[in-house]
Amino acid sequence: MRKLLIGAALLAGLAATPAYANLSVFACEPEWGALSTEIGGDKVDVYTATTGQQDPHQIQARPSLIAKARGADVTVCDGAELEIGWLPMIIQQSNNSKIAPGQPGSFEATRYVHLLEQPTSLDRAQGDIHAAGNPHIQTDPRMMLPVAKALAARFAQLDGANAAYYQSREADFEKRWTAAVAKWTAEAAPLKGTAIAVQHHAWIYMENWLGLHEVVPLEPKPGVPPSSGYLAEVLQKLQAQPVKFVIRAAYEDDRPSEFIASKANIPAIALPFTVGGTDNAKDLFSLYEDTIHLMLGGLKK
Amino acid sequence: MKKLCLVAALMASAAALVSPAYADDAADLAAIRKQLNQIDHEYRAKIENLETRLKKAEADAKAARTAAANASKSAVAAQSDAKAAQQQVAQVAAPPAEPPPIDSLPAEAPTPPASANAFNPGIAAVLNGFYSASSRKPDNQRIAGFAIGDDAKLIPNGFSLGESEISFAANIDPEMAGFLDISFDNENHPDVEEAYVRSTDLPWGFTLKAGRFLSGIGYINERHAHDWSFSDAALPYRAFLNTQYGDDGVQLRWLAPTDIFLEFGAEWFRGDEYPAAGAAHGGQGTVTAFVHAGDDINESSSWLAAASYLHTRAAGLETDNPLSPVDDTFTGDTDLGIASLVYKWAPGGNPTVNNFTAVGEFFWDRQKGDFDLLPFRRNNTGWYVQGVYQFMPQWSLGLRYSQLDSGNIPLSLAGSALDDFGHSARASTALLEYDTSEFGRLRLQYTYDQTDLKPNNEILFQYTVIYGPHGAHRY
Repeated sequence: MRKLLIGAALLAGLAATPAYANLSVFACEPEWGALSTEIGGDKVDVYTATTGQQDPHQIQARPSLIAKARGADVTVCDGAELEIGWLPMIIQQSNNSKIAPGQPGSFEATRYVHLLEQPTSLDRAQGDIHAAGNPHIQTDPRMMLPVAKALAARFAQLDGANAAYYQSREADFEKRWTAAVAKWTAEAAPLKGTAIAVQHHAWIYMENWLGLHEVVPLEPKPGVPPSSGYLAEVLQKLQAQPVKFVIRAAYEDDRPSEFIASKANIPAIALPFTVGGTDNAKDLFSLYEDTIHLMLGGLKK
Repeated sequence: MKKLCLVAALMASAAALVSPAYADDAADLAAIRKQLNQIDHEYRAKIENLETRLKKAEADAKAARTAAANASKSAVAAQSDAKAAQQQVAQVAAPPAEPPPIDSLPAEAPTPPASANAFNPGIAAVLNGFYSASSRKPDNQRIAGFAIGDDAKLIPNGFSLGESEISFAANIDPEMAGFLDISFDNENHPDVEEAYVRSTDLPWGFTLKAGRFLSGIGYINERHAHDWSFSDAALPYRAFLNTQYGDDGVQLRWLAPTDIFLEFGAEWFRGDEYPAAGAAHGGQGTVTAFVHAGDDINESSSWLAAASYLHTRAAGLETDNPLSPVDDTFTGDTDLGIASLVYKWAPGGNPTVNNFTAVGEFFWDRQKGDFDLLPFRRNNTGWYVQGVYQFMPQWSLGLRYSQLDSGNIPLSLAGSALDDFGHSARASTALLEYDTSEFGRLRLQYTYDQTDLKPNNEILFQYTVIYGPHGAHRY
């Protein structure tokens, strides 16, 4: 027992000595990994825990994630309970108190914007709802600005030596981003007022931004896969209220939206949802370019 | 308080930034500035006023608390005064306004209301129920060659309530978290299944746990029954650990700072639970050690491996013998080694639609001591493999095979519970599972059970539900 302790302590000491020069970032989703890189540049090492092909609600608390969280200085995650099914277990098993909830090393993007759809009542009978509101804020690029600001401040707090570097990168990002958002908004003008169907009710921030009109989600309740009976109801609704296309996130099961698309004779579009969701969505900027490009393509069909 | 002021100032300056956009000429601008300054001053004055009131109220409350017997009334009054003042400060700091455009919101999440029960622990309940149909009487069903504990028995025929659990989890302070889990068996007996404190703030990747908890040995052992992939435990867990080993003690875990997951753990237990008994060695009857390692193979697959060791002393371990009116007794040493391997697959790392989990564990068991006062020593082995495949959302199929081989016994123990009569206990299980959500599931499980000399067919229906804030599950 004592030998084991001494051995472990020695190993820990060895590992602790080469102090990492860079801030080690554990990003839960690709969009927050990409934003961390925009703000942190070469002063941060970013590890992104999930890919654009994975459902961020349902990630297995894999050993590799625990190992990565062990050395992290900060987690940059969405928050609003999006990661509740896996992140708490990873943080607990990582034995890393720096990233525990409430610590400076725990950053949640949704805390810096106003969340829509904050439920007035909480009941699991309503499906997979989030108590703090709809967490999928990254579908609206305007959300990136307040988050970027807060993230730069957080990086500066954790790594004071490079505070000016983070602030200047943030200022630069803000400039480029504001211009890009203006450009995308103009490009997406034809989408304004377009009626759409969505697979999972995850797009309200984008609908809000572009003035899209969501007629119906293909899930009877958030997170509950649709039965064939429910899809028939959806089809009936779509006959009364036709939509231009049906969208889903790239990681989602394609069957429900493809089924509806073929029956209602409309295009089904897989949007990237996050960086890496499609081949073209390579970084934060191309994420929104591709999203708008894909939807404009849907209008033409 | 400082924060509140800051927020108020921030909001004021945010307002100052936004409003000039509407002002066309300098005069308007000046007027608005003046107005804003005025508002700013007013708010500052109000906040200062409230701050002093709050301080006074807090001081009052403190004084009242320290005062003796009849102080309680005035303390309550003072506290409610403080609360009212606090609320007013909050109102001033966040004056009701039109919701500003999304990207100009500074908002940290709103502060939760201060109330006496705001620090309640997360309370979760787990319920489960069975319907069982066994072709042979479950009570009399033995595991050939082993003297088994009560929890290792088959589920009774007909309807029965499985274990119902209530758990309370919360951080205690910045350094510790607490967990209490009370379970009730189908005969209404409450049992403190786990009750432990866990460190949350140790440096260098250490965690210390103390209290009553499930041991970290093996793969399944640390999981509560509701988190198992099948309705019951595999044969080796039933025969060697009475389904799972939990006891009173301490645990130290260390996570190595390596790229692959590498965790070491050691435990020291009282030694009061099967396979231990009687809290030998002055209440330090069991020691364990384990190593866990794991990593991703590629984006779609990952693995976890574990090697575990348990040494314990049983001082008068009593086990029920269905063939005899008298309990069996074992006094002696047990050494148990477990090798575990887990493989998980999900296309692209996305388990939502399809996923597959395979688990295999091998057990070596050495017993040395006196069984019903007759000396013996033997080596046993046991193993199982299982696979569960989710073939579409909400639906899974599982298969499991488990087997035990008990070692030779001296002639003096022929015909006892340790006599396997030349039979290797084994069981084949098939499972169909439907998940109503991540919080509820229904199971249909069939076992061709050859644990006793004559085969038994067992069909189980089970529901399991979890409600309340329940921690995320392990890999």
